[in-house]
Amino acid sequence: MNPMISVEGVDKWFGTNQVLFDIDLQIAEGEMLCLIGPSGSGKSTLLRCINHLEEINTGRIRVDGELIGYQEKRGRLHELTEHAACRQRVGTGMVFQQFNLFPHMTALENVSFAPIKIKGTPKAEAHEHARSLLERVGLGGKAGSYPSQLSGGQQQRVAIARAVAMRPKVLLFDEPTSALDPELVGEVLEVMKDLVRTSQMTIVVVTHEMGFAREVADRVVFMADGRIVEQGTPAQVLDSPQNERTREFLSAVIR
Amino acid sequence: MTDSPAEAAVGREGARPLLLRETKLNVVPVRHWGRGVLAVVSVVILASVVMGLWTNPNIEWPIVWEFVFSPAILKGLWSTLQISAVSMVVALILAVVIAVMRISPSRIVSGFAAAYVFIFRGIPMIVLLIFVGNLGLFFQDFAIGIPFTDITFWSVPVKDVMSPFLASVIGLSLAGSGYMAEIVRGGLLSIGRGQHEAAKALGLNRTRTLRYIVMPQALKVLLPPMGNEFISMLKASAIVSVIAGGDLLTVALGISGVNFRTIELLIVASIWYLLVIAVLTVVQYFVEKRTAER
Repeated sequence: MNPMISVEGVDKWFGTNQVLFDIDLQIAEGEMLCLIGPSGSGKSTLLRCINHLEEINTGRIRVDGELIGYQEKRGRLHELTEHAACRQRVGTGMVFQQFNLFPHMTALENVSFAPIKIKGTPKAEAHEHARSLLERVGLGGKAGSYPSQLSGGQQQRVAIARAVAMRPKVLLFDEPTSALDPELVGEVLEVMKDLVRTSQMTIVVVTHEMGFAREVADRVVFMADGRIVEQGTPAQVLDSPQNERTREFLSAVIR
Repeated sequence: MTDSPAEAAVGREGARPLLLRETKLNVVPVRHWGRGVLAVVSVVILASVVMGLWTNPNIEWPIVWEFVFSPAILKGLWSTLQISAVSMVVALILAVVIAVMRISPSRIVSGFAAAYVFIFRGIPMIVLLIFVGNLGLFFQDFAIGIPFTDITFWSVPVKDVMSPFLASVIGLSLAGSGYMAEIVRGGLLSIGRGQHEAAKALGLNRTRTLRYIVMPQALKVLLPPMGNEFISMLKASAIVSVIAGGDLLTVALGISGVNFRTIELLIVASIWYLLVIAVLTVVQYFVEKRTAER
């Protein structure tokens, strides 16, 4: 079976600074993968490359068989038109560390906006779907609230509902709980666990929550210095790491 | 152990009167001598200016009252309002277009916008107005056709269409749009990268991101400086009197040219300018308050 996400030989540079080195990673349809590693290891950058928020310098990234950001014609890569790039991103949802909700829209509008404007979903239908999603993330009563009236944890749950509302095949989480107060982390992780258990989406999470990774991940990938150092089931990577870097990192994180 | 200093005091020296809980501090305020002096000076200056104007034998107040509601002045006022309002709308549209061009990834597009701002913000408004007012002297026709060829689809002589009103609107719009484009650009740039990325990740293109995500948020930032710009535009409209724009000041100066009552008619014009600006200030206050609530 073809993988849902396929990263092949990807290098990424920021100016003169190389942040990803020859990354190869295949993620199966419906798989739940956690990317862990010290800060600056390139895990967020890799995630952002999958959504073409960052451009890669070498290699290929495919989502559902489709080359991301480019079109290959007669051996040459052509940049996708804006229209095509936008259409491509619809298939991949993203949840950000800083939530990035639209502050001038209510929770309901945040969730229903993209389906209405991009997919052309009728308003009533989009609102109904948005309401059921907000219900699902435990915010049924907050549909009319603006982001500024919600706690960080609530905002992040709205952001998750917003990403899911486009019915993407792939959902990317970029450190979704790192900007939250400690007591709010749990509620967001609960929503994510529920999503992993009940949906068919392929999910990639960059996270520092080892307990969460252990509980729901199918696979854990450890990155350091722009390279994939070690990967395997949560039990393999988290409980009996083979690589020295992994052991160092885990002993620093799990106290 | 005793609970409070008050009880302790009572406990130790029963002869002392019981300290009751104060409901209000009885404080002698500190004297601010500087403020007092400044207040007195202000009142004296204000009073002398008002008296100086009121009792000045050279100012005939009856003439002021005679002209304040005269049809000619009211017509001039109406022109001023029209010129300012139309210029404001045109300037705003130009400003948004220029601001969006200014932040374009294309160097040529953004360079064009930068040059536009440089020119129209740099040339004094009065010079710009005289240029536009005399456009007929150096351009014969307005024409629509294919540039750099002789093919024209439509043309009209400049001097036939360039009324003082149109010249005023063009001059004020161009000058105003230079300033406003920079204000709008500041507003657009104040919206963080996260908002752009969130919109992008949802599949919004640049145009839609600007229209639905960035602009509505920028508006809130833009409103106070734009309100001020509107008020400036109204005041600046007096400059169109140099090309006989038919505005309030043109009319007032016209009348004074006949009856030689220059000061009285300037007072008449000032009364109207202040009145309109007072109204605009109140409107600005409520608009800002409403947006801030969101």
